[in-house]
Amino acid sequence: MAFLYALPGAIAEGLIWGLMAIGVYISYKILDIADLTVDGSICTGGCVCAVLITNGVPAGLSVLIAFAAGALTGIITGLLHTGLGIPSILAGILTQLMLYSVNLSILGGKSLIALNVRSFKLMLHMGNNPLAILVGGLIVALVIVVLWLFFYTEVGLTLKSTGDNPDMSRAQGINVQFNKVVGLAISNGIVALAGALLAQYKGSANINDGRGAIVIGLAAIFIGLSVSLKIKPNFVVSLIGVVCGGIVYYVIYNFVILLGLKTDFLKMLSALIVAVFLGVPYLKGKFFAKKPAEEALAAGGEMDA
Amino acid sequence: MLKITNLHKTFNPGTINAKKALSGLNLTLNDGDFVTVIGGNGAGKSTMLNAIAGVWKPDFGTIEIDGVDVTNMPEHKRAKFLGRVFQDPMKGTAPDMEIAENLSIAARRGTKRKLLWGIRGNERQQYKELLSTLELGLESRLSAKVGLLSGGQRQAVTLLMATLNRPQLLLLDEHTAALDPKTAAKVLAITDKLVSENKLTTLMITHNMHDAIAYGNRLIMMHEGRIVVDVSGEEKKKLTISQLLGLFEQASGSEFSNDKVMLSK
Repeated sequence: MAFLYALPGAIAEGLIWGLMAIGVYISYKILDIADLTVDGSICTGGCVCAVLITNGVPAGLSVLIAFAAGALTGIITGLLHTGLGIPSILAGILTQLMLYSVNLSILGGKSLIALNVRSFKLMLHMGNNPLAILVGGLIVALVIVVLWLFFYTEVGLTLKSTGDNPDMSRAQGINVQFNKVVGLAISNGIVALAGALLAQYKGSANINDGRGAIVIGLAAIFIGLSVSLKIKPNFVVSLIGVVCGGIVYYVIYNFVILLGLKTDFLKMLSALIVAVFLGVPYLKGKFFAKKPAEEALAAGGEMDA
Repeated sequence: MLKITNLHKTFNPGTINAKKALSGLNLTLNDGDFVTVIGGNGAGKSTMLNAIAGVWKPDFGTIEIDGVDVTNMPEHKRAKFLGRVFQDPMKGTAPDMEIAENLSIAARRGTKRKLLWGIRGNERQQYKELLSTLELGLESRLSAKVGLLSGGQRQAVTLLMATLNRPQLLLLDEHTAALDPKTAAKVLAITDKLVSENKLTTLMITHNMHDAIAYGNRLIMMHEGRIVVDVSGEEKKKLTISQLLGLFEQASGSEFSNDKVMLSK
């Protein structure tokens, strides 16, 4: 019964994390970069949004500015990676660390800014979960539609090919370095947008928000894609799957809390979920690899041209 | 068309692994030349192609394509002049994207890409017709991911991509070496057809001496980062393998050695 009471909240919060996971999907799945900037940029999104709202900026505009701030963090990681030749994973860690200081100064040296729904006009808050699900759902739907349109344009296709095969992309005249920066900007913009919604939902922006966000994002991606790829392996279905993955993750999360798991261990749980999803395919490939003949048959026997 | 002047390149300079890959390479191609390139291990064949493509900058010398000095032009900008097919069939196509998407990216090589639909108008129909000329049954699989195709099919698609937006120069880097003999012959036949139909200026590295003699109007042989044999026209048509080996020994003062060439007789 308690679980059912917790369900709307879990869905609302899961939806926002699902949006964040879409951002991670763009860097991790499309660009093939494990971008650790997101742990910082989700917090940046929350901090920027909270500071703006408390200074009287309308919530809608604050969220857009948070998106832009997030895009900027992505550009910084992108430039560290492409311009200075720093490995992408390290570039993300460096930006993430910088962002801790940046976020602190955005919050004016405080560790927390409260966003009380009675004092400010917010887009969504945890006191009204049906509204939060509606607003969150609309924003997620909008983001999915925009990305869907974008990734089928001439520019969007080159972004996909940049991650899929950089050699081919360069040979086809695509500026791979520039595309990586653009992709990281879009990715972190979406992550910061999620951070801005999350701050409103929870009613505060905290300097420690976002620690381990990348892991939650990856968990949502793996959970979502494990189902959506079986239904239809296309872009939009994958994005919807990723959002659903975020929701499932939060429902499980709440369920586990209700079962009595100490909250201290929740981050451990997140990390283990990701480790399992990453590790199982590897072990499968190692110990239960299909024989070549079977694989050829599965791929269509007549195909050796 | 292509003019390479006194090109030098040393890899890992100043270290124990220093390798002089190109030392004073000169080559001029005329419009419509179909040149086959052979040479021993480490003769600098691939290095020459990579230099033209702009994978890295040469230490010294210049490269001109159609009168434009491209020596310092980054790889992605030079791509507008060049069609490229690599030795590794996995390298030329994006596996997680559809055949049609790969072709549409190639069709826009050298153009400014915009926020317009990536595949539009009658492009799909065009691609269908082009793919049907390959006679591999790919025309019915426009929406299939390229990763599902065999190595030979991928190489054929890559060839199509390299020639779709007519390149000034086509670079083929042993593009049949990773294929089984039957498939290699088929891909080579497609190559010959595309090159002659579009009258493409082409540089084709091969490890097969028969192919080097049978295809193209000109043959060059490389040794220690330079061109040591250059035959064309009637002389090339009448060439035999033993003559070729003789020419090489005469020019380089050493015996021809290439594992792959020896194995493929």
